Amino acid sequence: MITLTHFLVLGAILFSLSIAGIFLNRKNIILLLMAIELMLLAVNMNFVAFSYYLDDLAGQVFVFFILTVAAAEAAIGLAILVVLYRNRSTINVQDIDNLKG
Amino acid sequence: MDSLDINSIDSLPGLLTMLAKSLVVMPEIALLIAASTILMVSLFSGRKSDLFTYILSLATLLGMVLLILPSINKPDVVLFGEMYVNDELAKLIKLLVCVTVAVIFIYARPYLLNRSNSRPEFYILGLFATLGMLVMASAQNFITIYLGLELLSLCLYALVAYLRDSNDAAEAAIKYFVLGAIASGMLLYGMSIMYGITGTLSLSEISIYLVNVNDLNIGLIFALTFIVVGVAFKFGAVPFHMWVPDVYQGAPTAVTLFIATAPKFAAFVMAIRLLSYGMQELVADWQQMLMILAVLSLILGNIIAIAQSHIKRMLAYSTISHIGFVLLGFLSGENFGYASALFYTVIYVLMAAGAFGVLLLLNKDDDTDVDNLSELKGLGQSHPRLAFIMLLIMFSMAGMPLTVGFYAKLYVLQSLVYNDFIWLAILAVIMSIIGAFYYLRVIKLMYFDDLLQNLGTQNSLLANTVISVNGLLIVGLFIYPNYLLNYCVNVFQ
Repeated sequence: MITLTHFLVLGAILFSLSIAGIFLNRKNIILLLMAIELMLLAVNMNFVAFSYYLDDLAGQVFVFFILTVAAAEAAIGLAILVVLYRNRSTINVQDIDNLKG
Repeated sequence: MDSLDINSIDSLPGLLTMLAKSLVVMPEIALLIAASTILMVSLFSGRKSDLFTYILSLATLLGMVLLILPSINKPDVVLFGEMYVNDELAKLIKLLVCVTVAVIFIYARPYLLNRSNSRPEFYILGLFATLGMLVMASAQNFITIYLGLELLSLCLYALVAYLRDSNDAAEAAIKYFVLGAIASGMLLYGMSIMYGITGTLSLSEISIYLVNVNDLNIGLIFALTFIVVGVAFKFGAVPFHMWVPDVYQGAPTAVTLFIATAPKFAAFVMAIRLLSYGMQELVADWQQMLMILAVLSLILGNIIAIAQSHIKRMLAYSTISHIGFVLLGFLSGENFGYASALFYTVIYVLMAAGAFGVLLLLNKDDDTDVDNLSELKGLGQSHPRLAFIMLLIMFSMAGMPLTVGFYAKLYVLQSLVYNDFIWLAILAVIMSIIGAFYYLRVIKLMYFDDLLQNLGTQNSLLANTVISVNGLLIVGLFIYPNYLLNYCVNVFQ
């Protein structure tokens, strides 16, 4: 029997994976964008699970909005990535260290 | 519109109800239509598109102010299944946001003309960001808060990368984007847990749930922690401040001005809605969290700012310390504390707008930004008026009497003392004194050092007038602080 707890644990694992992916990743900015998407999907998992077990539609409506915003966010993220690549010819995370002090 | 309240709206037949409701959200609808129209006009208006966009944007913002003003001191309106509330706080924040954005456009215009081959995107993205802030100001539901926040943030990410050829701007944009997305993710995760526990997305229903629940659920604290982290990220409070210095430094100064001013109102109103209106019952818990954030922000912001030689980076760390003060006012968890935090936010935005405005009006021969503190040397001789405005702002940021920054700090300290946080008040005073060092250093550079290089100024009459008014307000509000303070207090009655 799959209970709410299973979904929440899955959501928590996905969320932790995405946070770890962002902070441990030393290679590529595209991986960062994927981790960000994963984070939003983890939240969606939570919302849908709660929505089903609470028998309340509001959570699923929120998921639609999150999905839409995530798409817009990915578009802007990729656009910034293109600008960055044109300026530096690299998208290596370790090379993004001009600004410090 | 005058006699509208929720009861009379519901008694009207269907189509009329729609119309009556849309009158209340008129400012938002008008702004959306105007911004979309301006977007199209700028596409088809050829070489002069930049000027058209600028004038139309200012006219739109003026129109917004005129639309919002008549609704002030009218009864609160709650609409769309409690998703949207138009109370005095929302109206005040909307008014402040619109005026601030108009001032930003005026300061930024000459700077942008010199640098970007006159592209109109700045104003259009600015208008959409304004719409996001207006939505946040009226948000009464997790969905509206999130949508307003994202509309604001997405516009800001794009604005940071506005100068496409700038290496630093692209780097600042990607850093801002990634950290901002993490913040949104954290906020959403907290919201999802809160939704699971309370079974509702509406803040008013959450507050009712929290009043009735007896035993403190550990899940509530868990959700609250994530929400506070999200809010702290948006405020830029330590330890979630990593993006602030990099973005302030890397972004074009006009965009730094934008990020440093208007979104602070939005962050403030979001914090009020979430923590006070929604979760006032959990005050004992979020008070502790905000206390840690505020103390760290005050200490780290003030101390690291001393070591900066880059002027925008220095102002970034100074922002972090000011955010610490706002949080100090906020954490007392009662109405005077909120009012003092709101007053501090207003004054901070006034000062930040002036400081970045002066930087925008100074112009180097090669059209690069005025970046280093040493470039301000001898400004008192070459540009006495701008230097004097900068002097007033620096005094005000340090909290000296004769400038309004003194009262801003005083009211926050007062609210701390009323609520028996004496040690916090003492710490805040000590940190202000440490902070005075780097503010006074700017004044020393301007007035007691020899002229190093001759800076030009932008000869825009409008921008120069507005910045003078901005400087005068800093002194004028010291003489008459009561009107603004009373307004801030009334908003929370």
